[in-house]
Amino acid sequence: MIATLEQPQRTDYSNADVIVASLEAVNKNYGNVRALRGVDFRVRAGELVALLGPNGAGKTTAVKLLLGLMQPNSGRARVFGGDPTNPENRRRTGAMLQVGRVPETLRVCEHIDLFSSYYEKPMSAAEVLAAVGLEKLRDRKFGDLSGGQRQRVLFALAICGDPDLLFLDEPTVGLDVEARRMVWDEIRKMIARGKTVLLTTHYLQEADALADRVAVIHQGEIIAEGTPSEIKAKTAGKRIRCVSSLGIDVLRQIPGVTEVKEDREAVEIHAVEAESVVRELLARDAHLCGLEITSAGLEEAFLALTHDTARNGNPTSRSIRSEEMQ
Amino acid sequence: MSTATLTLTHPQIQRSPRHTATIYLKEAKYEFLKNLRLRMYTASVLSFPLMFYVLFGLVLNSKQAIGGTSVPMYLIATYGTFGVMGASLFGTAAGLASDRGLGWLQVKRASPMPPFAYFAAKVVTSMIFSAVIVVALFVLGFTLGGVRMPVADFAKLLGTLVAGSLPFSAMGLAVGYFAGPNSAPPTINLIYLPMSFCSGLWVPFMFLPSVVRQIALVLPPYHLSQLALGIVGAGRHESNATHWEVLLAFTMICLGVARIGFQRDQEKMYG
Repeated sequence: MIATLEQPQRTDYSNADVIVASLEAVNKNYGNVRALRGVDFRVRAGELVALLGPNGAGKTTAVKLLLGLMQPNSGRARVFGGDPTNPENRRRTGAMLQVGRVPETLRVCEHIDLFSSYYEKPMSAAEVLAAVGLEKLRDRKFGDLSGGQRQRVLFALAICGDPDLLFLDEPTVGLDVEARRMVWDEIRKMIARGKTVLLTTHYLQEADALADRVAVIHQGEIIAEGTPSEIKAKTAGKRIRCVSSLGIDVLRQIPGVTEVKEDREAVEIHAVEAESVVRELLARDAHLCGLEITSAGLEEAFLALTHDTARNGNPTSRSIRSEEMQ
Repeated sequence: MSTATLTLTHPQIQRSPRHTATIYLKEAKYEFLKNLRLRMYTASVLSFPLMFYVLFGLVLNSKQAIGGTSVPMYLIATYGTFGVMGASLFGTAAGLASDRGLGWLQVKRASPMPPFAYFAAKVVTSMIFSAVIVVALFVLGFTLGGVRMPVADFAKLLGTLVAGSLPFSAMGLAVGYFAGPNSAPPTINLIYLPMSFCSGLWVPFMFLPSVVRQIALVLPPYHLSQLALGIVGAGRHESNATHWEVLLAFTMICLGVARIGFQRDQEKMYG
């Protein structure tokens, strides 16, 4: 069920063959819930990989396995070629997790001072504070910070040890635009310095802005993997739904149509842009009715991708061919 | 200590002793600051024993004596035990339950922090607060209640009560591993308040009903308070060795329970 859009050989990262983090045929269950199913996933040195998926897709589980906070039911998680629980590996790793409560009576600079002390060669407190834009709030108690400022402190704790590998679980949730840009800039700086970053997000835009490679995860499976533009091509565009007397083959001939599916009495048309296609539809079919146009958002894309993987196991060969398989 | 042996099962990290010491010191320092600034902690843990002492030891009964020991002197031992117990139970259990339940412990565990430093910081912080309470009681007694004792005796009293923080820190770890973030404080109160009463920390032991006195013999605060009372000349002349043994056994049981909780947590995560 894994589809790779981009062959590993084609990646042009200098040390692309060095895999710094991997999940190998990992299954992870919580009771009866299958959080991850047969996930194979690799992060290469110097790469910025985004794990993109809706809530509950298994993103956090993947990160916790790679941090050694959990063990898989089968398969294995590796970091720097070894066990993620190995303290030596932890010293080269930084992590930002979603936390319910952080000790509120400690000041920003105290939290950073403590976490920096765990590492061998930490950044200076001033550097860390500047990186996350909290210089003026260094003496503020954590409990007195806004939600966005708290997120930035957690980000600071992840980077303060100057780790080689950074795990960021939903790093920009709750951040305003400015703070999000700031975190993005810092993530880019980490990459520029040769670090490796795995971030999870449910914003396609975020994955697009940052990542070299995106893995789309849905219901515990990686359903697509590729560069942001490859993923975007699959998720961009509009969905047009209507009842038309035109045959499917005719509809496919309309310029700009990427896919046509029958959906009960109606047809579902995917198009790069809606206007020209709709103009053409209305011109050719005077009885056309039930017209609906929606943008193919991420949620849609997940549905489309899962739909296709379920049908022919290969999302790359989606579009027209999927219809012929029926 | 079982928590120590547990951490040894992980591969050890190469760190200079100096670096390790720095981490332990910082962990303890910030744990102490965290609790010091937590009004709920300082208010309940510090002010209750001191307020009780002022009221019952200095305002109401200061001229009386219990078996030859003045009330202000006697109550330093019993409210001292009460204070140590509260500082240690709340200091470990409440923080641990909250850190465990709300994700902070995971952030710490994902970092290269030596796991034992986390527990050591809580135990050391409890001991420091315990010492503060005992010293504060003594200062009140000395200045307002005419309490006088040889320096050596006070050192012994302080040392005994601070060492007596350990069984209750162990108990706090056990509670912290089984209670949720919100249920930990009420759970502690449910253990701490009845135990204090039955051990003769509020009402001197000889005035307790005989049934309660029988119960007291199995309660750790009774044994700690008897050790403390022995130093101020108001003990019941039981063997000190027995008191220490009971406290040690209690500590081991609590650490055993905490270890079960620790492993249960690991399995939940490692499931």
